[in-house]
Amino acid sequence: MKSMRKLNKAGMILSMVIGMIIAACMSPAAGPEVVESDEAAAPAMQEVQSTLSIVQERGKLVCIGNAQLPGFGFLDSEGNFSGFDVDYCRAIAAAIFGDANALEVRPATAKERFTILSSGEGDVIIRNTTWTMSRDTDLGMNFGPTTFYDGQGLMVRKESGVATLQDLQGASVCVVTGTTTELNLADQFAAAGVDYEAVVFEDFDQSFNAYDEGRCDAVTTDKSSLVSRQTTLTVPGDHVIINVTLSKEPLGPAVRHGDDQWFDIVNWVVYSTMLAEEHGITSQNVDSYMDSNDPNIRKLLGLEGDFCAKIGLSNAGCFVDVIKQLGNYAEIYDRNLGPDTVFDLPRGLNSLYTDGGILYAPPIR
Amino acid sequence: MQETHASQVRPPFYRDERVLGIFSQFLVVFVVVGLGLFFYSNMITGLREKHSVAISFSFLGQAAGFDIGESLIEYSRERTYLRAFVVGLLNTFQVAFLGIIFATALGIVIGVMRLSTNFLVSRIAAIYIDIFRNIPLLVLLIFWAQAVFLKMPRVAEAIVLPGPIFLSNRGIAIPWGIPTESWGTFLIVLGAGVVLGAAVAWFLREQGKRTGRMPLITLWFLVTVAAVGLVGWIVLPQPMTLDQPFLEGFNTQGGKVLSQQFMALLSGLIIYTAAFIAEVVRAGIQSVSKGQREAATSLGLNPAQTLRLIIFPQALRVIIPPLTSQYLNLTKNSSLAIAIGYPDLFAVAGNTILNQTGREIEMFTMIMGTYLSLSLLTSLLMNIYNRRIRLVER
Repeated sequence: MKSMRKLNKAGMILSMVIGMIIAACMSPAAGPEVVESDEAAAPAMQEVQSTLSIVQERGKLVCIGNAQLPGFGFLDSEGNFSGFDVDYCRAIAAAIFGDANALEVRPATAKERFTILSSGEGDVIIRNTTWTMSRDTDLGMNFGPTTFYDGQGLMVRKESGVATLQDLQGASVCVVTGTTTELNLADQFAAAGVDYEAVVFEDFDQSFNAYDEGRCDAVTTDKSSLVSRQTTLTVPGDHVIINVTLSKEPLGPAVRHGDDQWFDIVNWVVYSTMLAEEHGITSQNVDSYMDSNDPNIRKLLGLEGDFCAKIGLSNAGCFVDVIKQLGNYAEIYDRNLGPDTVFDLPRGLNSLYTDGGILYAPPIR
Repeated sequence: MQETHASQVRPPFYRDERVLGIFSQFLVVFVVVGLGLFFYSNMITGLREKHSVAISFSFLGQAAGFDIGESLIEYSRERTYLRAFVVGLLNTFQVAFLGIIFATALGIVIGVMRLSTNFLVSRIAAIYIDIFRNIPLLVLLIFWAQAVFLKMPRVAEAIVLPGPIFLSNRGIAIPWGIPTESWGTFLIVLGAGVVLGAAVAWFLREQGKRTGRMPLITLWFLVTVAAVGLVGWIVLPQPMTLDQPFLEGFNTQGGKVLSQQFMALLSGLIIYTAAFIAEVVRAGIQSVSKGQREAATSLGLNPAQTLRLIIFPQALRVIIPPLTSQYLNLTKNSSLAIAIGYPDLFAVAGNTILNQTGREIEMFTMIMGTYLSLSLLTSLLMNIYNRRIRLVER
């Protein structure tokens, strides 16, 4: 029996060695073949069902959003999502289904949002997402029109008297990871030649709590978020957002590479809200424009040219549904961030080009 | 007769136990390797066709671009992702190393206290163990970070202890030595001291064997090393200068700063793991039969000697294997650092680098591989130690 066991042991070792050899022989053969064959992806793409038909079959849009950022995407105590970004999710749902509530907001962290989109768990990201080149290319995203031109800012205590980056020499700065924020911070402080200590947290709540407790001298994120978060600090009036912009942060919707029709839908829903503001059409007065003679307005409202069909929507009044249910850009902005809200964020760059801003939607024709 | 008969007439190969044994093992290995390859190729194909992504580690050579709050090695934003990864690894290593040492010390004390005949002492230990063993570590860490260290005074109103040591909610700033030019020479002198100390220890041991009275070898070893070190320190022109922290601008400058996050993580890990180690130690001590203690007492050893010379060496055999598990747990648990903002391996690699590069599979392979290696290394060292202290059976 003893020799038998020994033999068994020998057999096991032998078979393991052989198994390893097999594995070693097979994996290099598979390796080079797999790498560098990006072209192979294209034919496979066409077999995939279009995003629009998936959404229509499902009966609702799944929008990857934020649950933690008041004003942009926030989950209230009653379980409702609200905010600027969420309204754009609703706008897309309104254009597709004629019903802004045919929507599920899938809350996601900054880190996981792209993975959720590319795995098909969601249809579009509208989650204060900055359009950057590496996200546009490496991560396989297509960015729609910028809905909000933001910039990274710094909030400090008023008593510290900090006004410029140079004043922050030797300071501790709280920052949220999983965003472009960390990179911008490093770049700008290096450019200014300022030494600092980065204190990196995984989420907003912790980062702002640490700042509030005095762990950091400054906290940095997009200015819109700073404004939004300032209201949650112990004494909001003790803090000030300094007049320094660390970065350009064009925030807008993002979709997967490879479905141009879906990309068009997202683009034109956003543009339609800007065009509506440009023509003075609001959710209140949209009906009165139904007999307008202005060809631009007639095309926007689906009275001429059937432009909704060009983006694959059978509902000729797809933009009318958006405007009726959500309003134009100004209405969406004011409802979530305007003077009547706690944020009272000036429009600034986010005004129409006719008002000194840079919102400029291409024409419908 | 029958036996010889069976061994002479071998059954056909499909009923031969040996052949079947080898064959079945081949089959198992084949299935396991096959499954592994299948999943791997499935993943690669899926990535390529659905996401147009190919596995590649070339991004590790690119500039990281972000800063890390604390680092044991020189690091700046121009360095590569690989360097940032190493910074995270060293931070993990640092907290795990210190955590293991302090948790062991605290755990042994509590474990011994638990067995004390003094009611108060054993109750205190029991309460400690019951409380900290039953609170989730994440809760404990966030408690330390948010409710203890963040609630310390702000840096401008820092508590200054003699030294000076600054206590604030940014962390603890302590004086720290800075090596000067003669530091290298001093290390050589110290090395010579260690050699001399070892010689003294050997001599004493030999003498002890002859006379039957063992002197305190460890003490004499340390005294020798310290004496040589002291001479070196006096003779050489200041091998190290003291860098004292002081308050300037926003933060303390100089000295060594143990950040609030580091302290919170370390305290949480030590206190949590020590509770488990205490139980391991208690179990080990209790596993030594009562007769050993009685024999020691009857030989005239006092309780401290009994514990040190008789009980503990035997208890170690039982203690080491579960203690190894606790060390592994501590190392792995340090990845919870991400919750309180300490830049450990997982926070740097699994969060910042991952987010910037979008290389989930590559990064997680590296992270898991690294934790695995760390754990295997710890196990290896502990197993070697375990083999050394194993009871030599006759």
